[in-house]
Amino acid sequence: MEWPANGSALWEIVGLTIRVTGTALLAGSILGIPLGSLLAFTRFPGRRFIVALVYTGMGLPPVVVGLVAYLLLSRSGPLGSLGWLFTPPAMMIAQTIIALPLVIGLTMTGLEAVDPQLRLQIRALGADRSQEILTLLFEARAGVVAAIVAGFGGIISEVGAAMLVGGNIEGQTRVLSTAIVLETRMGEFEFALVLGGLLLSMAFVVNVVLMRLQHRPPYWPGR
Amino acid sequence: MPRRLPRLLSLLAVSAAALGSCSLAEPAVLRLATTTSTADSGLLDAILPGFEETHNARVDVVAVGTGQALELGQNGDADVILVHARSREDAFVADEYGLARYDVMYNDFIVVGPPDDPAGIQGVASAAEAFTAIAEAQAPFASRGDDSGTHTKEQVIWQLAAIEPDPDQGWYFSLGQGMGETLQFAGERGAYALADRGTYLFQRDNLPGLVTLFGGDSIAENPDPVLHNSYGVIPVNPALHEGIQADLARQFVEWLTSLETQEKIGTYGVEVFGQPLFYPDSEAYRQAHP
Repeated sequence: MEWPANGSALWEIVGLTIRVTGTALLAGSILGIPLGSLLAFTRFPGRRFIVALVYTGMGLPPVVVGLVAYLLLSRSGPLGSLGWLFTPPAMMIAQTIIALPLVIGLTMTGLEAVDPQLRLQIRALGADRSQEILTLLFEARAGVVAAIVAGFGGIISEVGAAMLVGGNIEGQTRVLSTAIVLETRMGEFEFALVLGGLLLSMAFVVNVVLMRLQHRPPYWPGR
Repeated sequence: MPRRLPRLLSLLAVSAAALGSCSLAEPAVLRLATTTSTADSGLLDAILPGFEETHNARVDVVAVGTGQALELGQNGDADVILVHARSREDAFVADEYGLARYDVMYNDFIVVGPPDDPAGIQGVASAAEAFTAIAEAQAPFASRGDDSGTHTKEQVIWQLAAIEPDPDQGWYFSLGQGMGETLQFAGERGAYALADRGTYLFQRDNLPGLVTLFGGDSIAENPDPVLHNSYGVIPVNPALHEGIQADLARQFVEWLTSLETQEKIGTYGVEVFGQPLFYPDSEAYRQAHP
């Protein structure tokens, strides 16, 4: 049997995968890194409870996130008037929710691992609050990048949510992971494997880029 | 502050924005919730472009099990549904989730299994007898177990056989998966399975461990009318939810049941499989071919 997808369809799938996962990762990082910093640097009643929630969220099954997102975005749900179900924005929202606890949790642990002495030192040198946090984030960059990497890994490969709220519609919401499920279901194991290789290569390239960020020589802000 | 991080983030933002703006002003979109059998067999890919061109529309196909397709229609998340579980379709219309049900096409179910046929179902008179023999031999049986149209049919046959298969006995496997996965499981484990002939024919090359044991080599040879597999199309009731594309759905139903489309359905697959995967069955077609 001939291969089910031609070249342009394949690039469409790859393009959408980058778009959906990239947007979700960006949103997850923009929200998650500040929230993780907040949890690391502040002490307030109920903090331990929130941390436990975040850690639990790191194990959220994508299909459960997808189900909740489906019920919210369905025309019979509260956000149905947006008309987002079975469109890329629905997938981006679901994947952001999956990535968020991973980014928050690992950012927090990364920051907490920074030597407390350093914080005192920075303050003694006259840094204001934002300079202090940015410096600590930089010191903890290995952890922060690991947080982004974990978020990325959690969503590039997930199927459950993408299938449920995306619908795997050809040319519209089909991404690599759902295409792999489809080809497997149709018994096209070889093509599914090729798609799997493609997904892994993409993940590899992204991770190499992110790792370069981890190993930059120290650089002090405001100099 | 590392210089690289904000630069990377802004790069990501720019590329996301650029990719986001790629989506064009689009023609009207019709959302069709249907079963994996119509989509995975390639039928929809073959006929839908005809509708999309003549009606300046795009059809978004969501291929799920019949149960989920009906649920999507009920929630207003699909404009039209094309499924195969007659009793549930009638209930869907009776409950006013759908406007009406129209015949579209049919094919049939077959019982596939390992070539050595340990339960000896080859040559029995009915599907219920075949199931009885499988249960008595406690031969492995792979069930979709996913509330799909095929699963519904399987339950009907077990009822006819007056048998309630018990997953605890170790021979009845309720998989909760699609037709393709179920056939692959049956092939690997030497199990029997109920399959729609279209999906089986489409995947036969990938299933060396299975042969057709009941239902014959074509629908004309199928001895049991219970195995008739009828597909109906139902436009979703636009009164229930905002945003249902009722006009386009009606046009789609007219187009799907029209003589021209029906002829295309009847020829799809003949070249590759030597027989159609689906047989046209709309009212217009029946009138033209009495």
